[in-house]
Amino acid sequence: MDNQDPKFQLSTKGSRARLLDFVAPIPLIGWLLGILAAVLVEYFLGDYISYYLGLPKIPVLFGFLTVLKKPLLIPGTMGYMILVYGLPILIIVKSLQKPANKLAAFLDKRRVTVAALVHLALFYGALHLWADISDYRLLVIKLAMIAIMLTLSINVINGYMGEFSCSHPGFMALGAYTASTITLFFFANDKLFGEALLPEALGFYFFPLALIAGGIVAAIGALVIAIPSFRTRGDYLAIISLAFLFIVKSLIENLEFVGGPRGMSSQPDYSNLPMVFTVMVLCIWIINNFVRSTMGKALNAIRDNELAAEAMTVNTRKTKIITFMFAAFWAGVAGGLFAHVLRYVNPGSFGIQRLAEILAMVYFGGLNSVTGSIVGALSINILSEALRPLEIYKWIIIPLLLIVVMLVRPTGLIAFTEFKPKELMKPKQNKVEV
Amino acid sequence: MALLRVDNMTHYFGGLRAVHNYNLVLEPGHIVGLIGPNGAGKTTIFNLISGIHTPTEGNIELDGHNLIGHHPHEIASMGLGRTFQNLLLWRHMTVLEHVKMACYSQLEYGIWGAFFGSRLRRQEEKRLTAKAMHLLETFDVAGFRSQLAVSLPYGAQRRVEMARAMAINPKVLFLDEPTAGMTPDELNRMISIIRKIHTDFDVAIFLIEHRLKFVMELCERIQTLVFGEVIAEGTPAEIKNNPQVIEAYLGKEDIH
Repeated sequence: MDNQDPKFQLSTKGSRARLLDFVAPIPLIGWLLGILAAVLVEYFLGDYISYYLGLPKIPVLFGFLTVLKKPLLIPGTMGYMILVYGLPILIIVKSLQKPANKLAAFLDKRRVTVAALVHLALFYGALHLWADISDYRLLVIKLAMIAIMLTLSINVINGYMGEFSCSHPGFMALGAYTASTITLFFFANDKLFGEALLPEALGFYFFPLALIAGGIVAAIGALVIAIPSFRTRGDYLAIISLAFLFIVKSLIENLEFVGGPRGMSSQPDYSNLPMVFTVMVLCIWIINNFVRSTMGKALNAIRDNELAAEAMTVNTRKTKIITFMFAAFWAGVAGGLFAHVLRYVNPGSFGIQRLAEILAMVYFGGLNSVTGSIVGALSINILSEALRPLEIYKWIIIPLLLIVVMLVRPTGLIAFTEFKPKELMKPKQNKVEV
Repeated sequence: MALLRVDNMTHYFGGLRAVHNYNLVLEPGHIVGLIGPNGAGKTTIFNLISGIHTPTEGNIELDGHNLIGHHPHEIASMGLGRTFQNLLLWRHMTVLEHVKMACYSQLEYGIWGAFFGSRLRRQEEKRLTAKAMHLLETFDVAGFRSQLAVSLPYGAQRRVEMARAMAINPKVLFLDEPTAGMTPDELNRMISIIRKIHTDFDVAIFLIEHRLKFVMELCERIQTLVFGEVIAEGTPAEIKNNPQVIEAYLGKEDIH
């Protein structure tokens, strides 16, 4: 018999273990329901709560902006966070633990696609309501989702395949300009191309085609780099792709019909939240499918030992070229979305600074990992927005953070993991009483 | 008809003649050994036949197909599996992934299947997993299936590499020093494994080895290579008593 003092038993359990005990039996769908509840609270009661806590308005980015600007509002903001996010999430998550597990078990027996769609619908609902509070939130979340696509696609080259590519902003620019040219030429009255050729109402339905066209142009650009630089292994790709980045930039600067250095503006507002969300989900789904197949694992084989990969029947050159074009395609699509989110592009936004941002996200999040890319893109993106009031010091804090991560985890936060949607959506309690 | 046939192969690295006038006839189901002192050019011969280097002169035929000028991956898919002297395993891949990877050229679902996860892909991946598991069991490493291959004990790593080479359905298997760094116990185990795959998979084997005991026991025919030239070829008994071989290995005898 175990006759130990209960007090002693309690104290042996650290706060971390207790937290894990609390969190472990909650399935993903439970969390999503909790988040949805919190967002609903904010949507309907946010104004009152912030008013009674003495806040000027609803804190847009989890209170970071408010707190950094006006330190006196710290208690109010924290109160808001607890009342609106903390408590509703905890209450819903804990009270719905059993039904959520039942639901997860039910979905687990269905096809993965069905389960994934249910989860995504819940998540999208929460996201939509959350972004509805302010236009600023909407912009931040759209740009973050585009950043996820960019990070994930460069991870395929730099992480999974182990080459070092620097041309992602170049691909992005090709996609952005191609998609913008198509939408402006056909569906908008603007200064560069004049009257719309087709009815503007059709524009939104043709937008995916414009995005795909942008992706294809970017992929062709990638082919131009790939043919000379994959003949041998080494630093050639880094150098050639960097050169490509500068060539694309100065090419666009000197092309008068796309506006030269002044850029293109007044793109139609096609990149709304559902569009960006859908394209991002497709991007994650397809890339994750690819890197988990034996065909995609060939990238890892090439990275770890190219000679062995070749001797084991892998056509290394073809694989490298196709993968490079594939990643560039997604960068082009992301660029197309980007142009229609900001509704303005100029060559200056696809320079070396954008490259630094993308590389920071991929190395921060973790190489060879879909989850890592998502985490890296979101955290760097949200962080750089949240620290905006610090102005120039932001660019000291974020690189410092990056250095710390590189010291503690040289391959990034969540590196070398497989993203398994089925595992993620599994019920977390083994015994669900019926 | 010979399965693998090499005629008058010569190779120069710059001004250095690494291999000179090398000939090989490997009949189906035979085991041939290649022995010789360090630096004799044994691994170079492997690399020349498997397409990593292209020979300066000569002709190589596998099952009637000319191999000169083909990429290593094409030669491998024609049915030439090989292992490496210094174990070229993939650092971040599990044992099962290693063996499945070698089935790359047998994949039928294509790049679009990989992107969109078609039904054909699910069936193919299942089939390959089953095939890989069967191979892992043959080589006695099935228990390690989801571990990283590089984290395995040395002997098991050797066996994983051989399982990987067998996954490409080879007609000819090249083994580059399969017992390097092994204890006598592991050596005996390796002999029985090679015997087993030889009979079970009906594959011709061409192997490089330093340990004469191993070669004498396994091979039907042995070639001795010194400075890129074959100085003796024959049955194990003939090779053992060949004065030139003894000289190359032990130096000249001056007594009597």
